[in-house]
Amino acid sequence: MRLQKNTLLALYSMLEFAGEPAGQFSVGDLAARLKASPHHLAKVLRALGRAGLVDSVRGARGGYRFVANAKRVTLMDVIGVFEDIGARAPRRRRAHRPAEQALEQVLAEIDQTARATFGSVTLDTMLKLISRHERG
Amino acid sequence: MSSLIRVRRAASADLAQVIAIDARATGLAKPEYWAGILRRYGRGARHRFLVAEAGGRLLGYIVGEVRDWEFGSPPCGWVFGIGVPAELRESGVATRLLEAITQAFRRQGVTTVRTLIARDNRLVLSFFRSQGMMAAPVIPLERDIG
Repeated sequence: MRLQKNTLLALYSMLEFAGEPAGQFSVGDLAARLKASPHHLAKVLRALGRAGLVDSVRGARGGYRFVANAKRVTLMDVIGVFEDIGARAPRRRRAHRPAEQALEQVLAEIDQTARATFGSVTLDTMLKLISRHERG
Repeated sequence: MSSLIRVRRAASADLAQVIAIDARATGLAKPEYWAGILRRYGRGARHRFLVAEAGGRLLGYIVGEVRDWEFGSPPCGWVFGIGVPAELRESGVATRLLEAITQAFRRQGVTTVRTLIARDNRLVLSFFRSQGMMAAPVIPLERDIG
């Protein structure tokens, strides 16, 4: 399973926001933390803002702040802003040959599992998982 | 809230409330099923049918057992039923129930707790994930035999 670069950047950003829910991050600060291009990150944050996951604060000391509920927002909610993984419904694309149909069925099964996994892991759960990794 | 919760084994007098909690979640009342669950899991060191209560109100239930060598898997604790009324979610009830049944499993010498949840049951999946549970090294399979 590979996620697009934008998606990964969005996930890492949301985890930073969720880890400091009262905080406000400038694009530059967050880009430095994530070792990402500020230009690229700004685009990602605008998309997260349009999705209602973060809010932009205007002004000289502006930036972005977290406005979501970390216990409710799942990885799938964030991923879904940028890409459409697991959208392969069985037989959505017309498969003609039996071999194509069979392969479509298996690929759909993988997609459904991926969606269920991403849809069940909240940002809060990810923060707990990160803590476990930090503790070793 | 969490400090007031008491977890204990289920008794006959709890069944009506357990059935009601389950029926509200699933849309189907199953009195015979729950009577059978109480008979089979209400007693015995390896079986657990637990309820949480506070102030005389039943807040939720959990059911599980220790299973040995299923498909080669070393003995582990299985949770196969959990229910908390919607208005009490995120109040720590399910966490207390899972902790209690996990402790009971530990006392039986097992080191893994496992469960099986429908892929589209996002609420319950998210709960178990929040408790640190990850994908097990097993894949459930089924086939239509109708």
